[in-house]
Amino acid sequence: MSTLFAPASQPVSLAPYAGDMSPKPRKATENSLALMDPAPGERATPAGSISRSRTDSLPIANPPRQRATAETMATKQRDISVSEFFAKNRHLLGFDNPRKALLTTVKEAVDNSLDACEEAGILPDITVAIEDLQPDRPAATKSSRYRITIVDNGPGIVRKQVENIFGRLLYGSKFHRLKMSRGQQGIGISAAGMYGLITTGKPMVIHTKPKATAPAHHIELAMNTKTNRAEVTVDIETDDFPVRRLRDLSSGTRELTAQGQFLADEAYVTGTSVSIELEGRYQRGRGSVDEFLELSAIANPHARIVFVPPTRESGAEEDEAPLLKGKRGGAVPSSTGVGTTPGGIDPGGKGVPPVQHPTPQPSQTTELRGVTIFPRAVEELPPETKEIQPHPRGIELGILLQMLRDKGEGSLYNFLQEQFSRVSSSTAADIVKRAGVTTRTRVNDVDHALAEKLFKQLQDAKLPPPPTDCLAPIGVRQLLAGMLKGVRAEFYAASSREAAVYRGRPFQIEAAIAYGGELPADEPSRVIRFANRVPLLYQQSACSSFKAVLDTNWKNYDLQQPRGSAPVGPLVILIHMASVWVPFTSESKEAIADYDEIRKEMKLALMECGRKLGTYVRKRQKMRREAERRDVFERYIGEIAKAINDINGTDPKKVYEALLEQARARTAIADAELDEDGRVRKQEQAEASDEDGVIIIPASFPQSMAPHHRPPLGDAPPFELSNAEAAAIEVNARRGSDEDDLSTTRVSPAKKSATQPLAPKGNARNKQPGRQSPSPAKSTAPKPKPKLRLVGGKLVPVDNGPQLF
Amino acid sequence: MAKKISTKPGLPSKGRPTARDAATQKKLVGLADTVARNALAGKEPVIHVPTRSKSNTIWNKKRGILEIGDAKQERQLFNLNQAKQFMQTMIHASTIKDLIELQKTASLRSVFYKAKHTVAGTKENTFDTQDESDPILEDLEVSLGALREELHIFAENRGTLVGNLTVIDRGDEINARKQGSGGWGIPSIVEPDAIQFKKCEAKFVLHVEKGTVWNRFNEDRFWEKNNCILTHGAGQPPRGCRRLLQRLNQELGLPIICLLDCDPWGHYIYSVIKQGSISLAFESSRLAIPEAKFLGIRAKDYRELHLPEAARIDLSDNDIKRANEIAAYPWFEENRRWQSEIRQMLDNGFKMEVEALIGRGISFVTETYVPERLARKDWLE
Repeated sequence: MSTLFAPASQPVSLAPYAGDMSPKPRKATENSLALMDPAPGERATPAGSISRSRTDSLPIANPPRQRATAETMATKQRDISVSEFFAKNRHLLGFDNPRKALLTTVKEAVDNSLDACEEAGILPDITVAIEDLQPDRPAATKSSRYRITIVDNGPGIVRKQVENIFGRLLYGSKFHRLKMSRGQQGIGISAAGMYGLITTGKPMVIHTKPKATAPAHHIELAMNTKTNRAEVTVDIETDDFPVRRLRDLSSGTRELTAQGQFLADEAYVTGTSVSIELEGRYQRGRGSVDEFLELSAIANPHARIVFVPPTRESGAEEDEAPLLKGKRGGAVPSSTGVGTTPGGIDPGGKGVPPVQHPTPQPSQTTELRGVTIFPRAVEELPPETKEIQPHPRGIELGILLQMLRDKGEGSLYNFLQEQFSRVSSSTAADIVKRAGVTTRTRVNDVDHALAEKLFKQLQDAKLPPPPTDCLAPIGVRQLLAGMLKGVRAEFYAASSREAAVYRGRPFQIEAAIAYGGELPADEPSRVIRFANRVPLLYQQSACSSFKAVLDTNWKNYDLQQPRGSAPVGPLVILIHMASVWVPFTSESKEAIADYDEIRKEMKLALMECGRKLGTYVRKRQKMRREAERRDVFERYIGEIAKAINDINGTDPKKVYEALLEQARARTAIADAELDEDGRVRKQEQAEASDEDGVIIIPASFPQSMAPHHRPPLGDAPPFELSNAEAAAIEVNARRGSDEDDLSTTRVSPAKKSATQPLAPKGNARNKQPGRQSPSPAKSTAPKPKPKLRLVGGKLVPVDNGPQLF
Repeated sequence: MAKKISTKPGLPSKGRPTARDAATQKKLVGLADTVARNALAGKEPVIHVPTRSKSNTIWNKKRGILEIGDAKQERQLFNLNQAKQFMQTMIHASTIKDLIELQKTASLRSVFYKAKHTVAGTKENTFDTQDESDPILEDLEVSLGALREELHIFAENRGTLVGNLTVIDRGDEINARKQGSGGWGIPSIVEPDAIQFKKCEAKFVLHVEKGTVWNRFNEDRFWEKNNCILTHGAGQPPRGCRRLLQRLNQELGLPIICLLDCDPWGHYIYSVIKQGSISLAFESSRLAIPEAKFLGIRAKDYRELHLPEAARIDLSDNDIKRANEIAAYPWFEENRRWQSEIRQMLDNGFKMEVEALIGRGISFVTETYVPERLARKDWLE
């Protein structure tokens, strides 16, 4: 794992390169073959002679020959290097198969980059490129050789730490501390490098530039798995950062480079790039690099991520639909699309405040000639997290003994206060007293019996829960921004729980849901899981979060839920756990262990979202009923006006308008209720976009919402309408990339002579700020309360009229 | 109500609107004015329609007829259940206004077609079936207080007359004695301005339930032998038939004798002839004949006449339910003879049709049954 800020305390081994690391190295494993020694009998032993004599007398019997002695075995007993262990057990680290290996490599590198950027206070700009090194292989080939390059704009790595960070397993800054970060164990990136080395024999290539003014380092290194040390083969200074070669990978990268959007020098003032060649398999769908990056973009709306996929996929087994429909193939016109994506680029790079858009807008993911850009959706970094001391509730007796031994001196009274969080001086005095000693007792006087007493007192003491400033939840607003960016739905809700504690470690659960829109309506809902902002793509059913989804009774929120499974409907569920130490079920960090405390919090967060959704679903049903009611009235008004005109000659338009107005007033009740619920956002709220964690995109209501959608008038008006009225038609223009992505544009009649607003129906929305009354007659009518809706992060007034008539 | 297009010419279209037409026009305009005024004033447009239901039907014991009460329903535009009816009412109002202006009459069916069109901009019809249209016209009659003929609407001819009577039907003299086997079709509109009685020797009217029975009586020249008028109403008699019977009763003083089936349906036909129907209670004073008499078939006839078992038809559950309902109507409730008649039918457990008397001979009903009963004045009232 990245150890960008680790103290350089560990000695660096520069032992000679162990030689050939062919794709299937077996040398390192020889020691494990002891029992298979081909000629054990040659080493004569007394036991051996006995067995021979027995063989003579009893030719049939063939008793077990003693093959080794304690001594012979002892010659083969030695340390197992951690690298050797994991080289053999690479599935523990997520390198089970070529496809997953590709993903894990990208994931470890991206996690490190994000951690490093955040720790240095830099808005992350990360480029991921996967090059297919065997582009001409037969189509059915399942795997291929790839070069994965991840470039970040982080703080860079000082020269002397490079070998440790990339060339050793279990070396890192994050293992020993209680601080929230993506990486934890110090395994990931070096394991990826090791996997590459094992499968291709190629070293990792690292470019790092810790100083903006100094040249970058170009280092190539390979891990010696026997010694768990890096062996450097190339170590030169270079000014080739960010690596220029990548700009020429494809037509897409060339075009983006020309626009200054791809690996721009000014965006990568400092930073690191890592290239690993490995045997892998690139295929889209569930559990793919694409999905990982999509989800990372959701959980890290402050990051900009650019992805250059390989030119072709590997031979297919099965393919699943990608999460984000409509993204692929919806290529944006290159001249404007990407360029106008707001907030997409941070031209200032690190430190420099980015060129501010006054209202940051959640931007949509875009694609240009194969290159995917996940733009930055918010311009603030997550708050910096603090490192904390362990909470007494979270330790065990052995750990306490070890801590006492490590401390070695000073008073027990001070030890308790310094080494634990939430132990005040009075609590410390109390604990000491209850354990039967005094505040002056020294640490090195504590024997095992006293330690046990102390441990018991620590567990029983009344302590506040651990501090929570060590946690940086994604935040309701950012969650919504991330969901908006990635999921095309009509309703979004998010909720963030208060911090809670499991085993003395603080954690915090956040949940978000997206509903409706383009999501498939009759499939089990999708569950997206994150731990410390890292997407978890495998082992869903083993994960506490998925169990929490199953535990939640979604029927309460008007959703279908077959027994013992996830709810069925157009729903995406997101769960994020932030903690100083996420309890994963394995080193590959794919599922969160099922602690009761964690599952309970997850369930509560889901229920909060569910309640919001339930209200919305019911409200929507009510609105639909109201819309039908409204529609019934409206249908008949024209006929009535005409009939009255036939009988007594009253101006039909006047009657029509008057009745229309009454119908509008009567059906406005439903809309007013919406206001009360805070559904339709007020101006100030919309800037923040989510005060109560709900966003509704009304344009993605299915058209069926408006029953009896009236075709453009013209052939059979109830009475003579003006041309302008008949011409008032709406055009639903769904546009790919602009900020107002889900807009409905109304084509207004050219003539202004219309005297009554028989305008478009349905959920037409007016893009222009401020309603313009198209007719004098309308302006005399009491104006309905202007309503506003959030569209692409921007507030637009909604013309109330066309909704009804 | 009539379901077929009738091409029968209506009232003479020549001439200018009559004073009655002018009054109807005024009422129609008043209705439209009220709705328009409310609409323009921002008030909810409402049409008041007197309620045509049993609860708003009053049994006028003194007059012996059913009358409509004062209860009125509000027909609201802004009520999901009434919005369409509101529109239909207004459309029919304008249709009728056209008819009067053009001095034409139209059948219920043609009025339905005239008003039927798709609501502008939708695929919905103003009226889908005539069953929707007819009640709306009745609503208009009652809310405007205008008769159907005043609205220039007529129904299909139904019911037939033969007998010792001469009438003038819109200027044409009809000799009801010389109508062959078919008889004279009773028009839908038989008001004095359309139909006048010229000559009548008959002493009473025998009204039978349906055409088959009427044919038997006509073939046997019953009206000639007994000096009467013979009518039928094809089941529940339409308004034209009932109005004509009432005029024969009131203007010529002829007793109306009914020969109907012994079943709840027959009993209810008698009830409608005698005191009016619930749905047309507002017209009872023009239609009801409190003096009408029920000659038979009687529940006692099965035993008294030793009818064969084939004459019996078992009462269905629905029949029993209906019989009890009829027995509970206020206008039957206090009539002890009727109570025992219905009770006896229920006790029998079967009903009988007039045709069942054929078990005693083909012309038993014309030659024996009716003359004997008439002679004994053995009827119910």
